[in-house]
Amino acid sequence: MANRAQEYWKANVRLILKLLVIWFTVPFLGGIVFVDRLNHFSLGGYPLGFWLAQQGAIYLFVALIFYYAKKMSDLDDQFGAGD
Amino acid sequence: MSLQLLTYLVVGFTFTLYIGIAIWARAGSTKEFYVAGGGIHPISNGMATAADWMSAASFISMAGLIGFIYEGYGGSVFLLGWTGGYVLLAMCLAPYLRKFGKFTVPEFVGDRFYSNAARIVAVVCLIIASVTYVIGQMKGIGVAFSRFLETSYETGLTAGMLIVFIYAVLGGMKGITYTQIAQYVVLIFAYTIPAIFISLNLTGNPIPQLGLGGTLADGTYVLDKLDQTVTELGFNEYTTSVRGSRLNMFVYTLSLMLGTAGLPHVIIRFFTVPTVKDARRSAGWALVFISVLYTTAPAVAAMARLNLMDTVEPSPGNYLQYDERPQWFKNWEKTGLLKYEDKNNDGLIQYSADPAVNEMVKIDNDILVLANPEIAALPNWVIALVAAGGLAAALSTAAGLLLAISSAISHDLLKGVFNPNISERGELRASRIAMAFTVLLAGYLGFNPPDFAAGTVALAFGLAASSIFPVLMLGIFYKRMNSQGAIAGMMSGLGVTLFYVFQHKGIMFIQGTSFLGGMDHNWFFGIEPNAFGAVGALVNFTVAISVAKLTPEPPDNIQKLVDDIRSPHGITAPLSH
Repeated sequence: MANRAQEYWKANVRLILKLLVIWFTVPFLGGIVFVDRLNHFSLGGYPLGFWLAQQGAIYLFVALIFYYAKKMSDLDDQFGAGD
Repeated sequence: MSLQLLTYLVVGFTFTLYIGIAIWARAGSTKEFYVAGGGIHPISNGMATAADWMSAASFISMAGLIGFIYEGYGGSVFLLGWTGGYVLLAMCLAPYLRKFGKFTVPEFVGDRFYSNAARIVAVVCLIIASVTYVIGQMKGIGVAFSRFLETSYETGLTAGMLIVFIYAVLGGMKGITYTQIAQYVVLIFAYTIPAIFISLNLTGNPIPQLGLGGTLADGTYVLDKLDQTVTELGFNEYTTSVRGSRLNMFVYTLSLMLGTAGLPHVIIRFFTVPTVKDARRSAGWALVFISVLYTTAPAVAAMARLNLMDTVEPSPGNYLQYDERPQWFKNWEKTGLLKYEDKNNDGLIQYSADPAVNEMVKIDNDILVLANPEIAALPNWVIALVAAGGLAAALSTAAGLLLAISSAISHDLLKGVFNPNISERGELRASRIAMAFTVLLAGYLGFNPPDFAAGTVALAFGLAASSIFPVLMLGIFYKRMNSQGAIAGMMSGLGVTLFYVFQHKGIMFIQGTSFLGGMDHNWFFGIEPNAFGAVGALVNFTVAISVAKLTPEPPDNIQKLVDDIRSPHGITAPLSH
């Protein structure tokens, strides 16, 4: 049974790492480091990089949290860990 | 109806509402006082967290900071930093701390690192971070009153304190939670309604988030027009102006994210929901409610700047006559937050990036949001609503901070360290006394704001990022972390951050005590002191892990504790079989 707890934890950490890569890439790389390159593209009147830094990344953060919550609920059910 | 009467009515109505809630939501046990009984619905908690989080700074100052001081794009550090931390909170902290199921952040640190010393260090970090933060809220309450209700700053502050005193002392976390929900509703309407009107006026689109990417009446894009207008006056281009350097923006953003995730008054809000699953979802809802304001703010920043420029220079080279300035201009001149100086004595208002020519010598950050409805000539009830919104933002954050401080005093110091045998009733009474004491302390600091108040935001976020955040992360994700590592990590992260901030701003912000003398500004890779928390966090992680490797493993029962907080329910239970 201890192994099941470890498996659950490993699956959780894998999911977190995967989502943290996105959490890092979009605002830090897209919104700051490579922002000038992305600004060559536009979204309506927004330069794309500027939009990511002042709008897009915030929507993404919301989506990441709900995705994580959903995936973890599934994982809880799968491991019988739900409450 | 006159504006002042209307403002009194609207603010009076909201205050009556808060007190009504306080009487209805009295706390009867320590569990209710500290964590609202642990029965708050995740969406309700999300809304309360949003009000708890969005302070006078978010409501009043942020749009002005983005639009003016950080010149547009540079202001992204606040937008990203103060929202991205919720992702860390939702995935890396909130669910496990909820599973731990106790009342305060230092309590987790003390139990996980089996050390009262660690718990006390955490209490000290918490108190410094929260007290510096609370000063700003108290000031916001005094300023909002004196501007909108034309009372003195002191009268305003006293009225604000009285309200917080009633619902925080009576209701604890329970009273605070329900008032914060009401305060969120007030503040979000107050923020978005003027923004909708302004976006509609400028772009024909009522949604500010879309309006900012839309076009003006002449068909040019808002942001193109703004870039063109500001560069003509010699300012940096709005959509590309970098704050300091790209590295500085990177580290600044990261520091604010880590600080957000490590601020105890936000973390404890997640102790109020019934389950671990709810804690995760609730963080998502909190960010939904926060992002309504945070995605509107950049539109307010850009459109208000454009409006202001159009007012003082209706067409290129054609400046406004000072004598013909609009009423709102005069109103804000009276407060000293807006200043004009006719340098060339031509009676015209020249606005320029060149300090020798510029005649708009002062445009305070805080004007932008507060004067917005007046600049856009919106009806009086909108202005009254903005006053109530600013007060709601300041009161809700102040109450959350006061609870974090008072519970650290009554639960961590009194019950945890000095008098573990205190009865439930005794502790509840002690927590009320601690709360009353904390409100008075905050009020005192509001009446006598220390000179360094403005510089302390850096400290609050720096401390949360460099001391509290790493120690919580390591406590959850690194089972091998022991008390020696945790204490060494907290002290070194804290030390490095304080060293850098004080070297720039003087010891305890006293001018002229920068102990290493005249070093270059932002000498560490061009990183400003406000952005240093992430560097402190890195030092904390490195020292903590190194020390833990050289010292004995934590005892078995602690490793079990870590296993236990990692699983929401039950999987570890069969371990003992």
